[in-house]
Amino acid sequence: MTPGDSPAVIFDQVSKSFGAKQVLNNVSWNIPAGSALCILGRSGTGKSVTLKLIIALLKPDQGKIWIDEDEVTHLSASKLSRVRRKIGYLFQDAALFDSLTLYENLALPLQRLTNKSLEEIDFVIDQVLGQVGLANDKAKMPSELSGGMRKRAGLARALMLEPKILLADEPSSGLDRITASEIDELLLRQKADRKTTLIVVTHDVHGARRVADRVLVLDRGKMIAHGSVSEIEHSENETARRLIGSDG
Amino acid sequence: MFNVFEIAGKVSLFGARALAESFRRPFEGGQIVRQLADVGSKSLPLVIASGFALGAVMTLHTRTTLVTFGAAAVIPTVQAFAFFLEIGPLVTALLVAGRVGSGIGAVLADMRATEQIDGIESLSIDSFKFLVVPRIIACTLALPILTLFMDFSGLLGGFLSESAASGLSFQLYIFRAFSEFQWSNFWPPTLKTCVFGFVIGTISSFFGYTMNEGAQGVGKAATNSVVISSLLIILLDVLLIKLIFFIFPGSAL
Repeated sequence: MTPGDSPAVIFDQVSKSFGAKQVLNNVSWNIPAGSALCILGRSGTGKSVTLKLIIALLKPDQGKIWIDEDEVTHLSASKLSRVRRKIGYLFQDAALFDSLTLYENLALPLQRLTNKSLEEIDFVIDQVLGQVGLANDKAKMPSELSGGMRKRAGLARALMLEPKILLADEPSSGLDRITASEIDELLLRQKADRKTTLIVVTHDVHGARRVADRVLVLDRGKMIAHGSVSEIEHSENETARRLIGSDG
Repeated sequence: MFNVFEIAGKVSLFGARALAESFRRPFEGGQIVRQLADVGSKSLPLVIASGFALGAVMTLHTRTTLVTFGAAAVIPTVQAFAFFLEIGPLVTALLVAGRVGSGIGAVLADMRATEQIDGIESLSIDSFKFLVVPRIIACTLALPILTLFMDFSGLLGGFLSESAASGLSFQLYIFRAFSEFQWSNFWPPTLKTCVFGFVIGTISSFFGYTMNEGAQGVGKAATNSVVISSLLIILLDVLLIKLIFFIFPGSAL
């Protein structure tokens, strides 16, 4: 952690199981506010579960998770709602509400959680859709959007409440290299312009190298490496080196 | 067997929570109107067509017997009592359970499978209040209205059938249909469909909202919603009729 930076998220000895399968086993890490963490690992090693634990869609079996000053595992519904407003979540398949247009999808959090007027909501939506390159698509239904457009729409929705922390689950999965790079650019711009903390789960080593200040490698529920890209490249752990693409 | 009681308990708690949440702000007026329109638009053509056909068929069947006993004049009365007391409420509820209940179960299960419900929660929006409560309220409000459509389309079908056979005028048909009718024959059976609507909304939402088996769970939620809702409607109908007879003894013919 850079001196003087307070952690935006702290995982403290977190464990999580689903039935007999232990997905996370006593994992601890933290990330300074305003930096970018990429979580790498083979499929089924608890990467997406980590994101859902951060935003408290899942509860850990053991351990504590801190978002700024709040320990989220035991918060009341109202306090949890307040904490979640600091977090934006880009889901793997965008998770747009398929019965609403893109405009309605984006307007929903603003209408329900802010006191913005209709004109202000329109302005914010136009601004964010312009950032993600979907300014002319706001009347479309999610089913009318391509994979890359859905990803960008999901990102736009995640940004609507100007989150301090942005969680992205496989932002480049299923996308060609150019579109994936555009998504990475959007994430990096968000981090640079708004000092947003990024936590990105990915299999895309190329993207991870571009975006990450730090990389966390999970394997079979355990954290096997944590550090900068260069530190992971020289890690003693072979799986970590292979995942970052410097070995084998 | 234990599983049945476990599910019954969970459904009861689910329904009780929905009931409590429906009186808590925000009231989700927009969502309720949207769901009400959805329930109505999906069910209304089916209800009207079914009511009309049932009315015509019922008259064709009862006519032969009643004419034999020289009671052709009471055909409209029998038709009105049959539809307003039982056929309208029960058949409407079963049709809505099949048409709308399956849809609610499938849609919510699909939203769970595609992380849309997680998406709502991640936006600090209470997904239960946003998705479940409006659907239950919409079903509860829509059922009595749809039942009235079923009742009157049944009468219309019966009239056309009777008119074709005997040339009975519309005015006389309506007069005979309602000559023995009392308000206690109308309000309790119609309003009991609110209970049916609540059951359809709650059961369907429960199976959809709590399903977590991916794409496979969508079909399962739809099937469970229809089967359990239909069964409960028939069982509850017996209890509600006994309750109506207890409260309105005059309606027990």
